[in-house]
Amino acid sequence: MPKDGSVVRLDGEGKPLWLVLELTYRCPLKCPWCSNPVDYAGDGRNELDTAEWKGVLREGRELGALQLGFTGGEPLLRDDLEELVAEAHRLGYYTNLITSGIGLTEARLAALKAAGLNQIQLSLQSSNRTLTDTLVGARAFDLKVKVAHLIKAFGFPMVLNVPVFRQNIDQVNEILALAEDIGVDYLEFANIQYYNWALINRDELMPTRTQIEAAELAVQAARERLGERMTIYFVIPDYYEERPKACMNGWGAIHLTIAPDGAAMPCQEARTITGLEFPSVREKSLAWLWNESPTFRKFRGDEWMNEPCRSCSEKEEDFGGCRCQAFLLTGDAGNTDPACARSPHHHLISEAVARAHEPGRTIHPLVMRTDANSRAQSQVEPDHV
Amino acid sequence: MDDIAAAAGRARYALNPMYLFRWEATQDAHVLLYPEGIVKLNRTAGEIIELCDGCRTAAGMVEALQQRYPGDDGRVAEGVYKSLEVFRAKGWIRRQA
Repeated sequence: MPKDGSVVRLDGEGKPLWLVLELTYRCPLKCPWCSNPVDYAGDGRNELDTAEWKGVLREGRELGALQLGFTGGEPLLRDDLEELVAEAHRLGYYTNLITSGIGLTEARLAALKAAGLNQIQLSLQSSNRTLTDTLVGARAFDLKVKVAHLIKAFGFPMVLNVPVFRQNIDQVNEILALAEDIGVDYLEFANIQYYNWALINRDELMPTRTQIEAAELAVQAARERLGERMTIYFVIPDYYEERPKACMNGWGAIHLTIAPDGAAMPCQEARTITGLEFPSVREKSLAWLWNESPTFRKFRGDEWMNEPCRSCSEKEEDFGGCRCQAFLLTGDAGNTDPACARSPHHHLISEAVARAHEPGRTIHPLVMRTDANSRAQSQVEPDHV
Repeated sequence: MDDIAAAAGRARYALNPMYLFRWEATQDAHVLLYPEGIVKLNRTAGEIIELCDGCRTAAGMVEALQQRYPGDDGRVAEGVYKSLEVFRAKGWIRRQA
């Protein structure tokens, strides 16, 4: 008998283990921290059709993809979602639906269950109806809570994803109570990352260090109280860390995202980096896009690294952080993520934190993710913040 | 001590329903898939979890694996009990009531 139960965590070995399909950028909500591109409304509707998505699914499995996320926008706006889930299930993916819950009726839940959907990740923004509805720009709270109970009634494993920012971070205990009542399996408090819409609204959304510390204490207490009943994740905001996040486990290492128009990206934010080309599955095979495309090869491994990453003893742990954040804040995607205290640009992070909490600063209304704001923002020449 | 050992042998384990356990040809291994996660199992772990069907007792699992790997019954038994404890602590399997 081989040696006892040591368990191998999975290394990608060059395979895109996680495939994320952004089926559409359309969404009934207007969340001002949305990770979709700010100019999403500019291209009009150019979504892959059912047959094209099925092609992506097939090629993804051939490349060794195992985990599959259906996201958006709101993926439920695609009426072929059930058909795509069924195909993915047939091909052997573990299928995750990442949804706002809007449009998730009993009939659709039954159809998704029949199609073989494995898991549902539902977003919830607050334990308070008025705050939720204001933040997402729609009457969504009651519907989301109802949908959460339905998801459990249908027997799906469920992740409740709570994007965390200044407006809701003090509600950790109330949200925990709500999640417990629903019977959530995984509760994820995800401090938002400042890209795209969230970057526009950064000064208004960023919590204070004191708020984050209090939230972490509340999460720790809940973990002790709940034990195995609920797994609670608390995703730290990298602006308050001394080291960058190991973004995507490295560029082009295990993650492959396909945008609504078929563009292949190493992560959902990658198109924020100007100067890179993102060919579509309409032009190239998925194998070429993953293995050969200059964009995927550009930051793969560590050859591309500049100092201080190049000689850093931690480069294999954090891969230099996030390429998109390096680009957005320093103008060069090849720089060390400024979230790292060793980055010569780290002051950009500390200044942003200070600016967001400056006494007497001008409070701006949140810029909601709407088609009109998307068109207006796209007219503005992007400025490095 | 014998009572405790006997109780451990009578325990039945089942996969936590949050997890999907299956053979994955592209990895040449058994994998556990769950919300936002993948675990690739080594051969031993895969063989043990495959036997966690909620019906078989731990002693039954030991016996099955001793037959598969004859020659060192004591080491197999120790390995199985230790693994079951590790997998339970990780939340992959649950002890049946």
